[in-house]
Amino acid sequence: MIKMLYQIFRTGIVTEPLDPAEEARVTLTGTRLEEEVMRRFRRSITVRLVDAGSCNGCELEISAITNPIYDSERFGIQFAPSPRSADLLLVTGPVSRNMETALRRTYDAMPGPKMVVAVGDCGFDGGIYGCSYASLGGVGNVLPVNAYIHGCPPSPSQVLKGILKAIGRQ
Amino acid sequence: MTEKLNNLLMYLISKSAVAMDSSVHGALACEVRSTLFAQTAKILKGAGFRLVAEWAADETFFDRAFAVYAAYNEGQDYIIIKSPLPFADSSFPTLARHFPAAYRLERQIESLMGLNPGGHPDLRPWIKHEHWPEGAYPLRKSFDGAKAMERSQGSYRWIKAEGEGVFEIAVGPVHAGIIEPGHFRFQAVGEDIINLEERLGYVHKGIEKRFEALSWEEAVRLSGRVSGDSTVAHAVAFCMAAEEASGSLPPPRAFYLRALMIERERIANHLGDIGAICNDTGFGFLNCQFAILRERALRTNLNVFGHRLMMDRVCLGGVAADVSKEGLEAILDETSRLTDEFNRLVRIYEDNPSIEDRVYGTGILSSAAAKELGVVGFTARASGQRLDARIQNPFSPYDRFAPAVRVLTSGDVHARVWVRIEEIRDSIRLICDIIKEMPGGMVRSAWSKPLPGLSGFSAVEGWRGEIIYWVQSAPDRNISRCMVRDPSSMNWPALEQAIKGNIVPDFPLCNKSFNQTYSGHDL
Repeated sequence: MIKMLYQIFRTGIVTEPLDPAEEARVTLTGTRLEEEVMRRFRRSITVRLVDAGSCNGCELEISAITNPIYDSERFGIQFAPSPRSADLLLVTGPVSRNMETALRRTYDAMPGPKMVVAVGDCGFDGGIYGCSYASLGGVGNVLPVNAYIHGCPPSPSQVLKGILKAIGRQ
Repeated sequence: MTEKLNNLLMYLISKSAVAMDSSVHGALACEVRSTLFAQTAKILKGAGFRLVAEWAADETFFDRAFAVYAAYNEGQDYIIIKSPLPFADSSFPTLARHFPAAYRLERQIESLMGLNPGGHPDLRPWIKHEHWPEGAYPLRKSFDGAKAMERSQGSYRWIKAEGEGVFEIAVGPVHAGIIEPGHFRFQAVGEDIINLEERLGYVHKGIEKRFEALSWEEAVRLSGRVSGDSTVAHAVAFCMAAEEASGSLPPPRAFYLRALMIERERIANHLGDIGAICNDTGFGFLNCQFAILRERALRTNLNVFGHRLMMDRVCLGGVAADVSKEGLEAILDETSRLTDEFNRLVRIYEDNPSIEDRVYGTGILSSAAAKELGVVGFTARASGQRLDARIQNPFSPYDRFAPAVRVLTSGDVHARVWVRIEEIRDSIRLICDIIKEMPGGMVRSAWSKPLPGLSGFSAVEGWRGEIIYWVQSAPDRNISRCMVRDPSSMNWPALEQAIKGNIVPDFPLCNKSFNQTYSGHDL
């Protein structure tokens, strides 16, 4: 216990302000929610993630936004284990044919109003995997997407900034 | 070639079953008649070899029908056994009788290539889900990979357990955390798991077929995205296979830089996973602490290599960019700070009875099961198997700086954590040695496409374990077939064995301690 306490004091607070030099590349689609909804989402938003076919690169960087350095919870962004309590669906990867049904079902299980944000270059247009017998390409081919966060993979601060942009907080 | 392998070959030749195949580079290759495919496996098993990979290729480009391949390893010897199949008959004898590892590999061959492993005990489709049309075999040349498939109806025959008090828990494909998708079906009595059946394939995005449509340069990018957490090791493995096929050799400095990146990738992933395992025991403190160390390592990667995960840094004939002297110093600097902090955290891990209670004796993969299943990587080393592709296939600079292979025998969650703790320490040592002895000169040499029909084989120890690539050049000198065998393809069945008798709430912990890739397995 002493060692832990010592380590906690040694570490101090490592959370950093978001790096202004690192700009998120975000494409906002025309689909926007009503202003009243957006106003509510701006305060706190619960996120559900679905990997619809990614290589796991985006997952690594998305899970990093919850670490002490990026601490997504200070922005009111928290991850939910169930779509039933989620406002925002983060989707990574091209949508694989074998994940299409699971992705649609997750989206359908979310209560409205809801948003969809696709993360990574694959989520935008299928990336290096393209469209094929096994890949349906970008997330927009399956769900109504509100914003795309580009990058392969986008860094944790780009993911955070991208989400904040999508909900109109930046 | 060792004497043992030589004797073995003489024996096979005396059975008049074998002809050497010089079109395969990077490993010794022999051709046997398809009727003797399984018999050769039996002989090799008797000689102590393990099955490394099994795959099929559609060789209609070369005016042949299909061919099945199996790669084996013993010590530093890799051997490939190839059996061409006649146009009239697309079946071959199963290897599953001798090597349980062939069980899923052959289901995959059947599902994606449409060849029939005769005598296989269970030919339910693998990767190919029930909504795929009948007769869709994407790896065949006659199949148009760019075209969408129609949807059909079907069902999957699950393994059932019956009896008083037996119930089923179905989990996935969408999991609760920020992780990849897959389906697990447990049969349990109370809290005790009596059987687990995995069903994967959800993130199958046609990677092997996609390779055939890409140029060699784009293919390197794709190999770096087979499994994003092992981007360096996969890209190195692909490039080495391609370089073997074309007979080109990267300059010495490139080899050192590749190894440097492989070891850094190992450290970063081990750090993140040890933290995540602690998190699954409810000890969030160490998760946060290890996440900080991982983040620092990734930032150094960004500064030195230009990418946090070091994606696209490896290229055909070498590496994409040189690293400056300052860059190497920055790595050494970070490494020494990492060592102190890491050792402090390991002491906290060791001293904590609540972690101890969860990780000791949980999810035991016995040494016998690990050997029988052909498990590789840190999972194998935690279950008594002295396997490391850096020793078995010691390409430069591992021929000079051999890794210290840590082997534990308890096979539980703790063993898998501890092997990885020791590997971080060893990788730090390797990184210091590599940087100290780093040769100067170019980092990239000219690379030319392999001649038609030639193929290359490679084995690289990524952080999960031995990654295997086999790439074959087409008549137009583009890629005709690229086989990817991620370590997880061998290790997924081991999780099913390790979980038996554990309680359901320990499954996430066990699963995390294996931390296998879904993407690299599903392809």
